Amino acid sequence: MNKFSFSKMMLWLGLVFLYAPMLILIIYSFNESRLVTVWAGFSTKWYGELLRNDKLLDAVGNSLQIAFFSASGAVVLGTLAAYVLTRFRGFKGSTLLRGMITAPLVMPEVITGLSLLLLFVAMAQLVGWPDGRGMTTIWIAHTTFCTAYVAVVVGSRLSEMDMSIEEAARDLGASPIKVFFQITLPIIAPALISGWLLAFTLSLDDLVIASFVSGPGSTTLPMVVFSSVRLGVSPEINALATIIITLVTSLVFASWWYARRVEKARVRDMQRISGA
Amino acid sequence: MKALTLRWYKLRQSAWLKPRNSVIAIPYLWLLLFFLVPFVIVLKISFAEAQIAIPPYTDLVTFANDQLSINLNLGNFVWLFNDDLYLSAYLSSIRIALVSTLICLLLGYPMALAISRAPASSRNVLLLLVILPSWTSFLIRIYAWIGILKPNGYINNALMGMGIIDQPIVMLHTDFAVYVGIVYAYLPFMILPLYANMMKLDHSLVEASSDLGASPITTLFKVIIPLTKAGIIAGCMLVFIPAVGEFVIPELLGGPETLMIGKILWEEFFNNRDWPVASAVAIIMLALLILPIMWFDRYQNKQMEEQS
Repeated sequence: MNKFSFSKMMLWLGLVFLYAPMLILIIYSFNESRLVTVWAGFSTKWYGELLRNDKLLDAVGNSLQIAFFSASGAVVLGTLAAYVLTRFRGFKGSTLLRGMITAPLVMPEVITGLSLLLLFVAMAQLVGWPDGRGMTTIWIAHTTFCTAYVAVVVGSRLSEMDMSIEEAARDLGASPIKVFFQITLPIIAPALISGWLLAFTLSLDDLVIASFVSGPGSTTLPMVVFSSVRLGVSPEINALATIIITLVTSLVFASWWYARRVEKARVRDMQRISGA
Repeated sequence: MKALTLRWYKLRQSAWLKPRNSVIAIPYLWLLLFFLVPFVIVLKISFAEAQIAIPPYTDLVTFANDQLSINLNLGNFVWLFNDDLYLSAYLSSIRIALVSTLICLLLGYPMALAISRAPASSRNVLLLLVILPSWTSFLIRIYAWIGILKPNGYINNALMGMGIIDQPIVMLHTDFAVYVGIVYAYLPFMILPLYANMMKLDHSLVEASSDLGASPITTLFKVIIPLTKAGIIAGCMLVFIPAVGEFVIPELLGGPETLMIGKILWEEFFNNRDWPVASAVAIIMLALLILPIMWFDRYQNKQMEEQS
């Protein structure tokens, strides 16, 4: 048995391990019975139940709103941080900034959540802002930890990019700001989009940090799911899982297919230009 | 007009208004305020005492009767070290995280190798398949395992249906379930840095090794693994550090015997409302993790620099 076939076998085993639980959730979301583990015929009634669950729908609205603004904030901050780290080498304090960008990637969520909550409480005491906790505090918390992820995604694109284009623009007399907006930004745009999407999903997914920094009236979807899951399995959650998995999968494959088409068109244009 | 321009120019000279510095300042100040300063506050509150008030802890610095007094209360830390519960929770968190990291590595390394060896056309799809689960809800993927591992769950039902066992195997609410959950949730994070590292591997070195008569196994251990060290370390840290503080997985899949420090911190904060003790728990956790975090930082940046 050689190593190549062994690693291939492991890859398939690993993929089965990753997807089997999700597949089971999807199958049993169409189960008639309330007993989640016993099959009792096909039904879509749990999807109906889900749509009548007002508490959950409110939470979905909150979560989407927070995720949208967090992702947008994180793209701005993360892109700036990545640009600073890849283009302004060795300024004073660059090591600290680099550390503050990588640490949130691994920081246990309970620590991040607790420390941010204590910061908000201390700030409210000192300057009277933020007044209470709610959507704003969750937005700040999510923007902060998503910034790190965006910075990594955008940073790797920035360091792969051909610097000579930027230099040429500078030589031809464009100001640094103009170069950034007219040359750099269009080139790294795909990374900004994938960074934004990554931040969006991370924000939608976060339970622990949001639990620490949320207030009354700002319950997010994971918080509702968590309180229901704690009480045991429920077919409604299976239905919700199916919707989420289907949405994510179709979005991912649609964007992958689109990216591939763009790439193919680019290669064709290049061949035409070079007269091949 | 000219004077104005000159004044503007002078202003531009001052360091803060140089566009370059303001570009640096925006993300810098944000992260300082919302990432670094909070840890200082956690440290401060870990030296306070709990009290029934808003906020529920005492001030360190008080000024009364013309006296400025600073009260540093070491009680929380003494309390942590004297109570076996906390010590065993730290130890078992580290043990659970270590074992899970090792399983992730043993499963993830061959997977990453297989993806990097796949034909270029299918490489991206395979990578996408590995990452995709982590874009769906983490909570729901952990929840899926409850139904699988329950006494009357899918595994036990199947085994009992086939007549292999006549008593359900107890899997849910044990440490075993926690291992499964952590490996399941963090496996993609192990594979990504490994794959990135393997893609940069100079293939001629691998060929040279086999041309010189090394067996595939020897090549793996003498050439491939040493060359992917940065990926191994980054991947292991990316799993180990968050796993030490994991709360959701032990809460949903673990039992009452499963001691994990993230769960203890959560309970101190939300159930006992003892903010100072929760802060002390967080400070000790940070102290334990600071070296792994610095290590991760180093290898993460190494990977980033190799890319450029």
